[in-house]
Amino acid sequence: MATTSLPEAVPAAGAKLEGSRTGDRLFRAVLILAALAIPVLMGFLVAELYTGARLAIDKFGLHFVTGSVWDPVAEKFGAFPLIMGTLLSSFLALLIAVPLSLGVAIYITEFSPKAIRQPIAFVIELLAAIPSVVYGLWGIFVLIPVLRKAVFPLLREVLGFLPFFQGPIYGPSMLAASIILAIMVMPFIMSVAREVLLAVPGSQREAALALGATRWEAVMSAILPYARSGIIGAVILGLGRALGETMAVTMLIGNRNEISLSLFAPGYTMAAVIANEFSEAATDMHFAALAYVAFLLFLVTVLVNAAARLLIWRVSRGPRGGKGR
Amino acid sequence: MNRRVVRRWVSNVMVGLMVLAVIIAVLPLLFILLNLILKGAGSLSIAFFTRVPVPPGETGGGVANAIVGTLLIVGVASLIGVPLGVAAGVFCAEYPGHRLATLTRFVADVMNGTPSIVVGVFAWTLIVARQKHFSGFAGSCALAMLMIPMVMRTTEELVKLVPNSLREAALALGYARWRTSLRIVLRTALPGIVTGTLLSVARVAGETAPLLLTALGSQYFSLDINRPMAALPLTVFQYAIGPYEEWHRYAWAAALVLILVVLTLSILARLATRRRFTLNG
Repeated sequence: MATTSLPEAVPAAGAKLEGSRTGDRLFRAVLILAALAIPVLMGFLVAELYTGARLAIDKFGLHFVTGSVWDPVAEKFGAFPLIMGTLLSSFLALLIAVPLSLGVAIYITEFSPKAIRQPIAFVIELLAAIPSVVYGLWGIFVLIPVLRKAVFPLLREVLGFLPFFQGPIYGPSMLAASIILAIMVMPFIMSVAREVLLAVPGSQREAALALGATRWEAVMSAILPYARSGIIGAVILGLGRALGETMAVTMLIGNRNEISLSLFAPGYTMAAVIANEFSEAATDMHFAALAYVAFLLFLVTVLVNAAARLLIWRVSRGPRGGKGR
Repeated sequence: MNRRVVRRWVSNVMVGLMVLAVIIAVLPLLFILLNLILKGAGSLSIAFFTRVPVPPGETGGGVANAIVGTLLIVGVASLIGVPLGVAAGVFCAEYPGHRLATLTRFVADVMNGTPSIVVGVFAWTLIVARQKHFSGFAGSCALAMLMIPMVMRTTEELVKLVPNSLREAALALGYARWRTSLRIVLRTALPGIVTGTLLSVARVAGETAPLLLTALGSQYFSLDINRPMAALPLTVFQYAIGPYEEWHRYAWAAALVLILVVLTLSILARLATRRRFTLNG
């Protein structure tokens, strides 16, 4: 390392080259160690979750997924209502968020005046930066009172013939949690969908317009089909976010371990049960059951994210993205 | 002729609906910021920043312990996560064909999609269960794990953008490869990496779920990262679900402080990149 004091533009043959070669090797070794750390950490995560859940996996096996009793005192654990709650709240959130975020994404890539494109995208990215717990706070004290007093009664009156909008109105409920989740996943879907739409070649739109399509018809017939699998990828990515979202849901869903047809009734999710019970769990079996829930949640999100990446990757690869189904 | 009118009409209605979607999408941000200021700003005082919580019923407490706790936990998380993420990112960009690079990139994507509560359970089994006590350090480790994939991917993207001619020029001048990477490539990519790092700090600073299982929260002022520690997001959560009117006011004020920190970091990060792009044309 003594050679570093030499003027840098004058390579001092032998000694310096020798030194730099050990330097190179060392540098490379450090980088490899860092790059290796990531897969190793993930391996640890899977192993730790599995061993943590071992007790519950051995005792309940797959009945854990189908059972619906969650009783820490009797050490009986079944996660069916939790799994259904997670799936239902995420599904409802997407139902609300997908049309909104696609509308915004299409508007700012195809229709909006140039001047407001950046500001809209910026505001929506700020929405993504707001911490989950702040959404939860806002949900408890602002959103829920509005929903309980105005929105839910109206829904019950207008759509009350459907079983989803019947029954007593509590504040914290499946629907309230889904609405806050929708607000939270919207920025993610929007920004990915926007990137996918920007990748659609201009010739695609021009061809449709030249054939006499209106601008909306150009979107429907030429642009969306081209971007289809990427947009599905964006939606699935949003699903991955929604499945694992914890704090805001915990604060709004009411945390009751039941499955109810009515969306006004409280529910529970996998992430919420971990957040609520983990630091108070007293028995080994209770910990194991919660770790089992975490393990299942992890598996589901990995699958969902892998599917999303695959679809987005297919679009950004090239012009065959819009073809086939 | 009539059909053409209908078609144009449909197009206009759809555009109108999209404008409506934009308005609905932007409204929550306005409402949340407005509510935070209206309900939170009134409770901000010097005591709020300098004192620790008082038992329910008494007045005049603050959240100094949570502010310091968040700074410590996030600071230590950055010390662990940023060097690891940057180094792994440089590796993936400088040796793109390497088998390990492909594996690391893939695993980092999986890591990025892992729910933060699951990472919290991992930190609990790895550290809290072994040490048999909750600690701020376990929280730092969980947050670091959330930062690593974000920092890594931005570093990789930006190092890839550095033109090869710069590398070649440095190597031709007799620079060793490692010095080229450190002093030429990394320095060129630095502003973007700083942006990515700031964004990841902003994101983990608001993380609550993993801290519930690791740092746990505390009513006392503590600088010892090996013990349970308070943090702002935990304060917001615990006070928000608590039964006292007074607590709710503190929850709003703490949330206001938290969001100011997070939004300032995000906006700073974006400004840093914007300046860089205009400088480089």
